[in-house]
Amino acid sequence: MPVGRKRLVLSALAGALLLLLVAAPAALGDAITPESGGSQNANDIDTLYKVTLYIAIVIFLIVEGTLIWSIVRFRARRGGPEPAQIRGNTPLELGWTVGAALILVVLTVVTFLYLNGIKNPPASGANGLRADAAQFASIDQPNPPKGAGKPLNIHVNGQQYVWRYDYPGQQPLFSYYEMVVPTDTTVTLDVNASDVIHSWWIPKLGGKVDGVPGHTNQTWFKIEKPGVYRGQCAELCGEGHADMRAIVKAVPPDEYEAWANRQRADILAAQKALSQQRVQREKGGAVR
Amino acid sequence: MEASALTGERAAPRPEVVVPGLGDRPRGWLEWLTTTDHKKIGIMYLFATFLFFIIGGVEALIMRLQLAQPNGTLVDPPTYNGLVTMHGTTMVFLFVVPVLAGFGNYVVPLMIGARDMAFPRINALSFWLLLSGGIVFYIAVFFEPPQAGWTMYTPLSDDAYLPSGGVDAWILLIHLTGLSSLLGAINFVATIHNMRAKGMSWGRMPLFVWAILIYSYLLITALPSVAAAVTMLLTDRHFGTDFFDATGGGDPLLWQHLFWFFGHPEVYIMVLPAFGIISEVIPVFSRKPIFGYKAIAAATVAIAFLGLLVWAHHMFATPTATVVLAFFMLSSFTIAVPTGVKIFNWIATMWRGQIVFKTAMMFATALPALFVIGGISGVLLAIFPVDWQLHDTYFVVAHLHYVLFGGSVFGIFAGLYYWFPKMSGRLMSEGLGKLSFWTMFVGFNMTFLVQHSAGLSGMPRRIYDYPEALHVTGYNLVSTIGSFILGVGVLVSVINVLVSLRSGRRAGNDPWRGNTLEWFVSSPPPENNFDVVPRVRSVEPMKDIRREVERANRPAGSVAQPVASGT
Repeated sequence: MPVGRKRLVLSALAGALLLLLVAAPAALGDAITPESGGSQNANDIDTLYKVTLYIAIVIFLIVEGTLIWSIVRFRARRGGPEPAQIRGNTPLELGWTVGAALILVVLTVVTFLYLNGIKNPPASGANGLRADAAQFASIDQPNPPKGAGKPLNIHVNGQQYVWRYDYPGQQPLFSYYEMVVPTDTTVTLDVNASDVIHSWWIPKLGGKVDGVPGHTNQTWFKIEKPGVYRGQCAELCGEGHADMRAIVKAVPPDEYEAWANRQRADILAAQKALSQQRVQREKGGAVR
Repeated sequence: MEASALTGERAAPRPEVVVPGLGDRPRGWLEWLTTTDHKKIGIMYLFATFLFFIIGGVEALIMRLQLAQPNGTLVDPPTYNGLVTMHGTTMVFLFVVPVLAGFGNYVVPLMIGARDMAFPRINALSFWLLLSGGIVFYIAVFFEPPQAGWTMYTPLSDDAYLPSGGVDAWILLIHLTGLSSLLGAINFVATIHNMRAKGMSWGRMPLFVWAILIYSYLLITALPSVAAAVTMLLTDRHFGTDFFDATGGGDPLLWQHLFWFFGHPEVYIMVLPAFGIISEVIPVFSRKPIFGYKAIAAATVAIAFLGLLVWAHHMFATPTATVVLAFFMLSSFTIAVPTGVKIFNWIATMWRGQIVFKTAMMFATALPALFVIGGISGVLLAIFPVDWQLHDTYFVVAHLHYVLFGGSVFGIFAGLYYWFPKMSGRLMSEGLGKLSFWTMFVGFNMTFLVQHSAGLSGMPRRIYDYPEALHVTGYNLVSTIGSFILGVGVLVSVINVLVSLRSGRRAGNDPWRGNTLEWFVSSPPPENNFDVVPRVRSVEPMKDIRREVERANRPAGSVAQPVASGT
């Protein structure tokens, strides 16, 4: 190949690679990055992932580029040059060892910069759930001021093959499968499991946490806008593992409170009906 | 070295010791059953493990068929979970780990100039233990296969949730193959430490031998942990103990720590010898010495040591203190450095070489190309907040296959194509070999590259079905098609082996112009390997011998022959 054409081909290749580097993440978008957009911790994980991915793409192109170049350029040819009998090059080898280590130092620093935002829940927003609605919600009490920054703590329990959510408060409030939460409110989750290990995961709301019998694990999310977020159990838990799905439904705080009151009333009614049934059955037994 | 060893003259008849009562050696299949010859044992290892590879591959293809479309009905959920468990267990315990022991068995004594392993009968025991482990495990298929994945997490694997005997069969498999690997590893250590040819100092030991030595030390260090864990699981299941049962004061996380303390070194047990294979293949076909011999050997040791300190990166989603997560993130990061060093060294070995693209070399160059992808996804997974998203998804499935298939299996195929002529005396077909390589390469990437995206879109691993709403149908279809292309590629190599065994061209002693001593003996080697063990003067003793031979009979330019065939 003439030198001029070779240079042309090379620069075209380099240009194409550069274009790929810039265009690929944009074009592929969600295909090469984690889910995000529901809660800030998911967004931060996404950003941290992307920062690492960009560094990785550069390394990937350098390594694969050199590899492919060597394979093509140094193929055995009739009358080719004698293979260079090189056994090593200490400065070069030290260089790439230190270089690789430095990149990892950078990644460590970046990770710790983002860690706080991912791990630690922020305060609830101004338009969130009323400060004590979570703890003492009852129809008889007057409305306290909105959004005093307190999080809503929900207990998540994994069981073969369904998720149960217990809300705080004196009257029992729980639900299965669908978790209803108020918007602009920090929701902290205490996750455990009552039979085998399960893993709580709603991709758009952040990372997964394992529910392990005998342990309590924690995570959080804070949803800005109303919406429905889907996820499923991420730890093999038996035959129904693939069907152990979960939904988080974010609604405005007022709607949340209305739902909570309805749900409480339903639960009370159901419990009452159950105890009546029991009483009747015991009576019937006594008669017999 | 004596001149007679080089010129191929027949030596004087050897003196014989006649032992009364020692009959003729058995012939035919009885010879294989009773052999203690490291080469025959090595071949049996390779044959048995490749059989398990095919069985495990078929299991994978059934899973891929089930997942080709949402709402698949090919298998029901318990069967699918059984397939998940059988596939993982088969590939790890019955294919990758023992196939490397097979290559080690065949090649290590030849490479170091020994006449057999240090303990030939223990060597035979290792093989038969492995085979019994595999048989015990596969008999479970006819009852009820275990369904808790190859990691067998408690409490799911406890008798309360999986009372069938499948889990017990798995426990027995771990014990039998574990014992096999331990005995094999001790044998390798004894052989490599004590039986090297004169002049083969640590600095002149072939890199494959380095890899097998470190592989052995890792097995000896890591296996007791899983042996203890499965014994505890056995007593939990049958004798009322509560090691892993939270209600009885035990802890399910204890299982994970014990399992992964073995499980992560196991990853390096599976990949370091494959690195060793291509560290032999690449310089031979680049017609250059390996670049940075000492750095590669040191990196092998460093990876093994660090590999013992990273186990909890499989447990980032468990309830564990942040400082612990941070430690395991950093320790996992550090492994990237020696691994990167190896990859750079292989590329530098090819740089300014005269690369001859035989099939073995193609598989060997594919290894770093694919392993880089597995390494990069590995660094992403090591960042624990990022792992919270990626853990237990198809991203991990993709990652581990880039490491284990792209790394280990491509290395194993390089080894197969490289040493087949030595083992059989015949060359494999290059045409079929290259066809097999390209179909495997394309099929492999098609199968596993898209699985990264499936995982990132929210698809967990080990599910028999996925909802349409997850938008991963396209990825899964591509993956399924790719897996069948990959299967065809493997099949072509199997056919290649069978055809070449009968009708391959004669290989001669040294078809590749190798660097190491196994190419000094005939193909296949005589039973006692060496009548005269050459003295080793460098890392590439065979290159020295060739040079000497060429100098001795310049006009003829013939290749060294062993003194006598021995049989």
